[in-house]
Amino acid sequence: MADAVAIAGRGYWASAWLRLKGNRAAVASLVALILLALACLAGPFFTGHAYDRVYQDYVREPASLTVHPTADRIRPALERVASRMRMSLKEAEIGPVSVRAVFASPRAIDERNLAFIERSDLFGPAKVTERRAEGREVAVEVPIERNRFLFGTDANGRDLLTRILHAGRISLAIGLLASGVALIIGVTYGAAAGYAGGRVDMVMMRIVDIIYSLPFIFFVILLVVFFGRNFLLMFLAVGAVEWLDMARIVRGQTLSLKRQEFVQAAEALGVGAGGILKRHIIPNLIGPVVVYVTLLVPKVILLESFLSFLGLGVQEPMTSLGVLISDGAKAIQGGTYLLIFPAAVLIVMLFALNFIGDGLRDAFDPKDR
Amino acid sequence: MGLYVLRRLLAAIPTLFVIVTIAFFLIRVVPGGPFDLERPLDPKVLENLKRVYGLDKPLFEQYLTYLWSLARGDLGPSFVIRDFSVAEVFARGLPVSIRLGLLALLVAVIVGGTLGVIAAFRQNRPADYAVVGLATLGITVPTFVTAPIFQIVFGLMLAWLPVGGWNDGAIRNTILPVLTLSLPQIAVIARMTRASMIETLRANHIRTLRAQGLSTATIVRHALRSAALPVVSYLGPAAAQLLTGSLVIESIFGLPGVGRYFVEGALNRDYTLVMGTVVMIAVFVLIFNLIVDIAYAVLDPRVRHG
Repeated sequence: MADAVAIAGRGYWASAWLRLKGNRAAVASLVALILLALACLAGPFFTGHAYDRVYQDYVREPASLTVHPTADRIRPALERVASRMRMSLKEAEIGPVSVRAVFASPRAIDERNLAFIERSDLFGPAKVTERRAEGREVAVEVPIERNRFLFGTDANGRDLLTRILHAGRISLAIGLLASGVALIIGVTYGAAAGYAGGRVDMVMMRIVDIIYSLPFIFFVILLVVFFGRNFLLMFLAVGAVEWLDMARIVRGQTLSLKRQEFVQAAEALGVGAGGILKRHIIPNLIGPVVVYVTLLVPKVILLESFLSFLGLGVQEPMTSLGVLISDGAKAIQGGTYLLIFPAAVLIVMLFALNFIGDGLRDAFDPKDR
Repeated sequence: MGLYVLRRLLAAIPTLFVIVTIAFFLIRVVPGGPFDLERPLDPKVLENLKRVYGLDKPLFEQYLTYLWSLARGDLGPSFVIRDFSVAEVFARGLPVSIRLGLLALLVAVIVGGTLGVIAAFRQNRPADYAVVGLATLGITVPTFVTAPIFQIVFGLMLAWLPVGGWNDGAIRNTILPVLTLSLPQIAVIARMTRASMIETLRANHIRTLRAQGLSTATIVRHALRSAALPVVSYLGPAAAQLLTGSLVIESIFGLPGVGRYFVEGALNRDYTLVMGTVVMIAVFVLIFNLIVDIAYAVLDPRVRHG
């Protein structure tokens, strides 16, 4: 008994993990993906903007590190506010954190009008410091609201960085959930067909073949049109379409596993069908299935982006990378940053997922390099 | 050979029938109809329209009518594109899509194949890594990203090529769409060629050629024959997909192909147009699968069709 413990061979999982660790591209991709996912999850809380907050005064602000508003924009902005309040700007002394301004009007000033100042995205609530000229002039202290738009703002004046992170979150969520749906349907269907074999298998696979030959995008569009443009139902629809490959792979594996000696041995020992499935078939299926799912996630993200690009995907003010890219593509003449940033995030995400998938395939199946 | 082709075409009919049946009933299950406009039509007008197009009859009767006209090669009138039959719509759009698709396919096979062969001969060296990296990039970057980037770079910044438009198929107008269409295919073909070429180069007959001291060109010629097999079987569905038009390319570059009719038809509930597109795509897929099988027999003498 003691001898058996002495040489603990590396198991299936341990050796796969070792091989994966040796693949530098896959490890780098894994790190990049985790960082990206963390940024998408936590980032929107730290950018200082809500993803649907509209800054009317900062429409299509190009990407930059500068702090808005820049000094040269404060005075014109104050003048605009003054004209909206039907007053004129008499003097303005621009400080680092606040502006001392004097507004004048031909008639006595109603201080409630000063609320207009606050409505600008550049200023905070005004505080009256002095009233002059029998109430026809008022000196106020206005705090300046400092904002940074690292990736600029979109055509509606929303912070692009926050929107990209939010979109990344949604794209990742759709990718994972749709792949999950495809995984469950595909594995159940494929394993059932493969294990049942014979006529049942033939009929089940014939159905898959027929669905396969229908144009795939047709299905998705019908499902989206049928279920309405609903975020939850959309990835259910995508997942419900993407299970076909999974079913084929799982069936093929099950068929070949069923004929292996260890399964026959288990059968000869009198283990039931459920026991064989649980103990022998499913654990041996996990390798190829994990690989396929990793490669399915980028496919689904791409599909979702494509649907959003067509206008069939996520609806405003929610957003996904496909929506942002589509907006950016429409506005290329205005500013390329609207296209470049979301496209870059999507590409990094897909790249990382593909490399991880390839790495996993090599790790689980070293023959198939 | 002729008998084989005939048998395959006959065998395709049941598949086509099942596809048509499923598609017909699926699109009818979806709520809404082709005449649901923003401003509802007068009930009397709607009734007349429905009678003209035979939509007032029971669904199953409509289905039989459609099958019958399809059997005679009639795809019916389009519901939404007024005064056009579906066949006429395709007659105008298909030449555009087929031309773009064929060019893209040609570019993809030549460039992708060459890159794949180079990578296989330089396995695990910088040239190989460059090809694999480029191929991964080509697969991951979606066309709706590359298309606008090409527009910016070649259309606006360098101003070499027009940003869009068909312009009666002028060569200048086709360069960017063909390039965008072929990039992902180049990537896939390069990867597949590389993988199967590496496998083939290890085979006995290639080792014999090497031992005989034959030139690289001769070795490539011999190796390509068996290395091309998986690529050829990929090319079937890929060709069908390329030739039936790409919605993204056509909408970004403003081209009058058939790619957009599918989504447009589904959204407008233009039943005949959607059905026509389904039939068209299915026919293309069937034809190209047949071509692939024939090409297989030519490339691999062990496969013979009786």
